[in-house]
Amino acid sequence: MTTKIPTAVDRRAFLQMSGALVVSFSAASILDAADVVQGPFDTRGSHVDPTQLDSWLAVGADGGVTAYTGKCEFGQGMYTAQIQLVAEELSVPVSRVKLIQCDTSICPDQGTTSGSQSTPTNFNERNLAQAAATAREALLRLASQRLGVPVDRLSASDGVVGVKGDTGKRVSYGELVGGKRFDVTVNAHAPRKAVADWKVMGTPVPRVDMTEMATGTFEFVHNVRVPGMLHGRVVRPASVGAAVASVDEASVRGMPGLVKVVVRKNFVGVVCEKQWQAIQAAAKLKVVWTAGPGLPAQHDFYDHLRKQPARDAAVVDSKDVDQKMTAASSVLKATYLHPYQMHGSMGTSCAVADVQGNKATVWSPTQSAYPTRSGVAAVLGIPPDNVRVIYVRGSGCYGINGADTVSYDAALLSHAVGKPVRIQLSRQDEMAWENYGFAYVIDQRAAVDRSGTIAAWDCESWSPSLGGRPGYDQPGNVVTGMLVGFEPAAPAPRAAGAPRGPLRNGSNAVPSYLAGCIDGSCNGAGTIKSERVVTHTIASPFFTGPLRSPARLQNTFAHECFLDEIAAHVKADPVEYRVRHLSDPRLREVVQAAAKAAKWQPRQSPQRTGSGRGIACVAYEGDNGYVAMVADVDVDQSSGRIRVRKLVVAQDCGPITNPDGMKNQIEGGALQGLSRALGEEVTWDERKVTSIDWRTYHSLPLGFDVPEVESVLINRNGVEASGAGETAITIVAAAVGNAVFDATGARIREVPFTPERIVAALRARS
Amino acid sequence: MSEIALNVNGSSHRLDVDPTTPLLYVLSDDLGLRGPKLGCGLGQCGACTVIVRGRAVRSCVTPVGTVAGAEITTLEGLGTAEKPHPLQQAFIDEQAAQCGFCLNGVILTAKAFLDQKPKATDAELQQGLGSVLCRCFTHVRMLRAIKKYQEKRA
Repeated sequence: MTTKIPTAVDRRAFLQMSGALVVSFSAASILDAADVVQGPFDTRGSHVDPTQLDSWLAVGADGGVTAYTGKCEFGQGMYTAQIQLVAEELSVPVSRVKLIQCDTSICPDQGTTSGSQSTPTNFNERNLAQAAATAREALLRLASQRLGVPVDRLSASDGVVGVKGDTGKRVSYGELVGGKRFDVTVNAHAPRKAVADWKVMGTPVPRVDMTEMATGTFEFVHNVRVPGMLHGRVVRPASVGAAVASVDEASVRGMPGLVKVVVRKNFVGVVCEKQWQAIQAAAKLKVVWTAGPGLPAQHDFYDHLRKQPARDAAVVDSKDVDQKMTAASSVLKATYLHPYQMHGSMGTSCAVADVQGNKATVWSPTQSAYPTRSGVAAVLGIPPDNVRVIYVRGSGCYGINGADTVSYDAALLSHAVGKPVRIQLSRQDEMAWENYGFAYVIDQRAAVDRSGTIAAWDCESWSPSLGGRPGYDQPGNVVTGMLVGFEPAAPAPRAAGAPRGPLRNGSNAVPSYLAGCIDGSCNGAGTIKSERVVTHTIASPFFTGPLRSPARLQNTFAHECFLDEIAAHVKADPVEYRVRHLSDPRLREVVQAAAKAAKWQPRQSPQRTGSGRGIACVAYEGDNGYVAMVADVDVDQSSGRIRVRKLVVAQDCGPITNPDGMKNQIEGGALQGLSRALGEEVTWDERKVTSIDWRTYHSLPLGFDVPEVESVLINRNGVEASGAGETAITIVAAAVGNAVFDATGARIREVPFTPERIVAALRARS
Repeated sequence: MSEIALNVNGSSHRLDVDPTTPLLYVLSDDLGLRGPKLGCGLGQCGACTVIVRGRAVRSCVTPVGTVAGAEITTLEGLGTAEKPHPLQQAFIDEQAAQCGFCLNGVILTAKAFLDQKPKATDAELQQGLGSVLCRCFTHVRMLRAIKKYQEKRA
């Protein structure tokens, strides 16, 4: 299966062929009315009407099925998973399903592929799944009419509808609707196939893109080539907040292949005939930048955050926390620190744009095809309807890497020369200017009663934020948009209002052990009713944005380590102590399942043998996946080096689409989480980011001492399918930190757990 | 500019290019190959790896002039989608990829390393892959695929 990029000519043929495009230019308000595209993420809707079956599915004359989705493949397996879904609901082989992803000319607007929302959005009773169920219902109805047999006597398999007990009567999908429209509305009540009848869903279908990837024939956005295409490169500011003082075009005059120097406000770039020429010209172009405002010192940045004006929010507040603390037999306090981290994609971000007059086509690796369409339109000053964004897979992104900003770069450069331009960012331009995962300071305080049970929990956090996903109308949220004059979103300081319920806990700001009660409605995962969680959001000097498990990972690190501190204080077993304070049965079950698989013996930490084990768990986003992890580590107490021997992960994300795909996500999440816990931290000096390559930003290589990862999958039917891509990563730092404490008695409260920090913590051990 | 003869995946090419151009850009832009990829441009991550004279070479920092006439193999030259090389097949069997961007560097580095050291120990293999990155962290499966290939070819 391929994701071939249609050329201009192919594309016309392609659209004619598909026969499925439902265009209704006045459909902007349909989404709200029909409640079809739902979920917590914003969508605006488009000319592709999601209430119509033909917007999602088409059956060709040969009986092949084409599906259209707004949720794309980023390496998480969503391409294959969605093909499985369509194949299952329509009873056709996987090989007969073609999936078109995130092309704004023909796919429904499903906003952004992010937040572990693709499975909840497209695999439950709505959107793509419901469209497929509607198609099955429609095909059976048509077959009933054709064959003169009631629907309840029909069954479908291999793209053919047959009559039960009469092998002579049959009709293929191609014969029923091949090449024609269904012309029916998506039926919210069309029956989904029962899990018990699944043949394709729930099985480890191999990734359909695997062979092409392994043999070097897969087309990434980096491989898109358009006739007449030129190559661009940008010149980013010399320091954060710097503006262009002057650009000396004479400094590159006469360079081979130079087509144009492009300057628009603070956006500077070059366009050349060849890539290497563009790289050289960008390096040589003399740009004078203003000094910029300077950056807060990194060495006391966490203290700096506490002193800044902030946007405050009370997430929960039972109003009795201080009183309980005063009355408690003991009170524990600790502060946890988490740095900015980066997406650091393997391949730097790349896009190709072809802007001709007031029309633009952008081949983009963005997670947000439709919002990027709006963003490109805004930076070019043309209507969104004049822009087509075609998603083509880039390097794994794990959130908002440079994909959106480079799409704007390509559009601006192409616009300036009137020809198609490809741009791939330099490693430094990718790393120094991306939207980093949030730094965090988290103060924890807990009261323990005489029985050793937690009586009250108080949590207060400080986190910097600037920009983020551009959405449909904030292109300034990424660097290129800001450079051409759009403002990034920044948190306006504001005092906290009263908590607003019911609690969703989408950022896992509330520890799992709290009852999460607001106005009498308790939506937390735990038992502790005396509770307070307050957050402070501060203007960040750097761009920030969602990085795999945004805020959830940082909060969970602090919560799960602090819970362990309390358990150790009262000499309780960390597993039993967790279960004792949890009320959510699914979360309790994954804790117990991980402990069982890891052959956990009840223990008091620390054991101080140099080898240790720790556990952590989370209900991701409150209710979007349940996971627990046991980490086994060895700590070399002279060097401070941590070796993780094994990670056991138990996970419940509802009904599983593809167990091998889920394992792949667990393994990748576990090790990416380990890399973030052990080594990753964005650094800066007085004026600029200094993490600009793989020597200055530390990612664990393929050759590190890779631990065994054991996955325990809990396949739970009868509940909604939830996300599985961000679960495991959320709890790695906590599980490893808890294991280090068990091994040594030293509590590590700052990520990353560098050898220097471990040695310092060992020295400070009481 | 000067004319340079390149021998890539068994085919000969004569190209008029600046000899200081890194090999990567010639392979991906002039020859349209999809295997070698620009990851860092600094020789730090492995994404651009090709095999030259039997050794894994980082094409993003290798001037094309220095490999004129040498036999160059890229990922698409190792095997084909119809008939993958046994190491590529091992990756397919183990489903050892997520986004797949790093596969080029991982497979070619492992291939060249095991050609040189077929009986490499785990520690040696670890060292051989010491500066190859995969940011999806598909390490568990990739190492399993490489080990299975090593055992099979022995």
